[in-house]
Amino acid sequence: MKSHALIRIKALILKESRQMLRDPSSILIAFVLPAILLVLFGYGVNMDAQNISLGVAMESNDPASQRLVQTFQSTSYFDVEVARDRRELLGKITSGNLRGLVIIPQDFASRLASKDASPILVITDASETNTANFVRNYSAGVLRVWQMAEAREQGNETSARISLEPRFWYNAELETRNALIPGSLAIVMAIIGTLLTSLVVAREWERGTMEALLSTPVSPIEMLIAKTVPYLALGFLSLIGTVAVVIFLFEVPFRGGFPALMLAGGAFLLSALGQGLLISTITKNQFVASQGALITAFLPAFLLSGFIFEIASMPWLVRQITRIIPARYLVTNLKTLFLVGDVWAVLIPNVLFLLIIGALFFIITLRKSPRRLESD
Amino acid sequence: MLSRLRSLIIKELLAALKDPKARVVLIVPPLLQALLFSFAITLEANNLTLAVHNLDGGKWGSELVQRLSASRTFTEVFAVESEKQITRALDEQQAIAVLSIPQDFSRAIENETPVSVQLLLDGRKTNTAQIVAGYTLQIVASLQEELAGGQQGNVILIERNWFNPNLDYKWFTVPSLVVILSTLIALLVTAMSVAREREVGTFEQLLVSPLRPAEILLGKAGAALLIAMVEATGIILIGVYGFKIPFQGSLLLLYGSMAIFLLSIIGVGLFISSLSTTQQQGILGAFTFMVPAVVLSGFATPIENMPHWLQVISLGNPLRWFMLIVRGIFLKGMPATDVISNTWPMAVIAVVTLSAAAVLFRKRME
Repeated sequence: MKSHALIRIKALILKESRQMLRDPSSILIAFVLPAILLVLFGYGVNMDAQNISLGVAMESNDPASQRLVQTFQSTSYFDVEVARDRRELLGKITSGNLRGLVIIPQDFASRLASKDASPILVITDASETNTANFVRNYSAGVLRVWQMAEAREQGNETSARISLEPRFWYNAELETRNALIPGSLAIVMAIIGTLLTSLVVAREWERGTMEALLSTPVSPIEMLIAKTVPYLALGFLSLIGTVAVVIFLFEVPFRGGFPALMLAGGAFLLSALGQGLLISTITKNQFVASQGALITAFLPAFLLSGFIFEIASMPWLVRQITRIIPARYLVTNLKTLFLVGDVWAVLIPNVLFLLIIGALFFIITLRKSPRRLESD
Repeated sequence: MLSRLRSLIIKELLAALKDPKARVVLIVPPLLQALLFSFAITLEANNLTLAVHNLDGGKWGSELVQRLSASRTFTEVFAVESEKQITRALDEQQAIAVLSIPQDFSRAIENETPVSVQLLLDGRKTNTAQIVAGYTLQIVASLQEELAGGQQGNVILIERNWFNPNLDYKWFTVPSLVVILSTLIALLVTAMSVAREREVGTFEQLLVSPLRPAEILLGKAGAALLIAMVEATGIILIGVYGFKIPFQGSLLLLYGSMAIFLLSIIGVGLFISSLSTTQQQGILGAFTFMVPAVVLSGFATPIENMPHWLQVISLGNPLRWFMLIVRGIFLKGMPATDVISNTWPMAVIAVVTLSAAAVLFRKRME
């Protein structure tokens, strides 16, 4: 009996593999799409703000404010446009041509000399909230640099007594690319994994071959195994290919071991393939299944995995929801494997979570799988 | 002609919405995602854990720790005792950062000699780590200022954050989600629709009908346009009434530019649809467009940060333009001239994608 099941599974795997290889789109999904997406993420996702367009309205024309304007001009964070009057620049904030405006008012120097509070105004375009935060923080930083230089000029330098030395571990030069690219790899694998299997069951229903399969002695579990194995193999090949691209093309250091990578990747692929099979089994309809895959595979992985947006900062309920997003665990695992090494205390709980999520997907899929034809 | 078009649009609406599963998939998840993502997307750093390695026995060390834990940035602080624990705390992500306060910290402050404090940060989370470093620097600087006896210098910085005075991320996210989720809907409805007719076998029926290819495509475009606009309206309502985001601009301008934007996406969807012979290829095409379009839209990371060649490519991305328009109209009350100058590139893209779809579709029908 057992050997019959094995023969059946072997035959089914062969059938699925042939079907997979015959449709060029599977190969495109496994190798071409990830390559394109990785390049795009690698260059397109960049958090390092540089050359933010900033206006400086220099309404006071004294040496101190000239030096302040020069300090703004000398940083690479800003691309500075100087004017004599704020009215020349205010409209450019509304039109989006300037992200912020620093106004040095006419009485700046006289107030400075009289020891009154001497205000400088910073206006930001907060419709781009994050850029506005950069403008605020960098302007304050530029102002501090200028103040220290002024104090030095006047000879009443107060030496910094407490100094803070920040050190960024695992990524000493703070190359954001080194952290973002392993994260991108996780998002790409999340898309690929779900995409590979989301249509495979629905396709059988629509083409009428499901009826043929059901009339054979094949059990649902055998069918599920047969539908997973070929795509798991393809997923592994895809993972190895994309990791190679990241290491050799993007030159991101890889400090972990190959077995740990395969473990983390395998656990993730099982959950992603399970997600695809579940969508496919529930919908029984390729059209709805592809919609389900489009909706669930990309945006949740992109936005809720901690890839760009810090999970700790999200509200409690959203934090709990991120726990069922498989990409979340892969993002952490891959960042750790690339930048830190085999930290088993991080890897193992994440792999366990992935296996639990994957098992859940497979169990639900199995329960929703037909044992015989129903009349609905 | 018009009545034929109308019945075609109705046919397409039925095809998209008749199946109860399809109806649910098309309507519920995008609205839920709009809600969920609005709360999720923030580039602040809150609710983090700080590990402290405090060798200082005096009062200033604990004073510094207390000041650091007074805000929402660090909600949890725990002590580490040894080098080994420091390494573990960071390696195993128990804390985002470890603050090392040296033995003579309090004594140095009282004796007015220089002293340095070390902050080790988890470089895996580059963005959060940078914010944390900035925040800690600020706290240390203010402590120092107090010790030096008041402010040095009399320059003060006054901030005005236009269009979003409290720098609330939702005000940025919700308008952006209008763009992304309506793109998703327009693609969902169109990208698989021709391949589906082919696989289900209704394509032949269309071929023998008196309909011209252009009419069939217009029917599909019309239905997709309607569904996507209704969905976008839902998200706008969530933003205005749910999140109380002020709507400053003109609805007419918003919906006018939205129609042109959606037509450009629908053109892409129909092009993918005509190109693919199976639905598997259709969905592959939809992803191949959707993911780059979102990444290059300026939503998650600004376009200014990208290398020049990608910025040039992003000019052909309708999402980039509509992103500016929706945020502009929503928050800034963007005037008509600015809306138009951001709309015509989308109109060009729409003409290109729709005619490419029409040419390909006609070829496929023969």
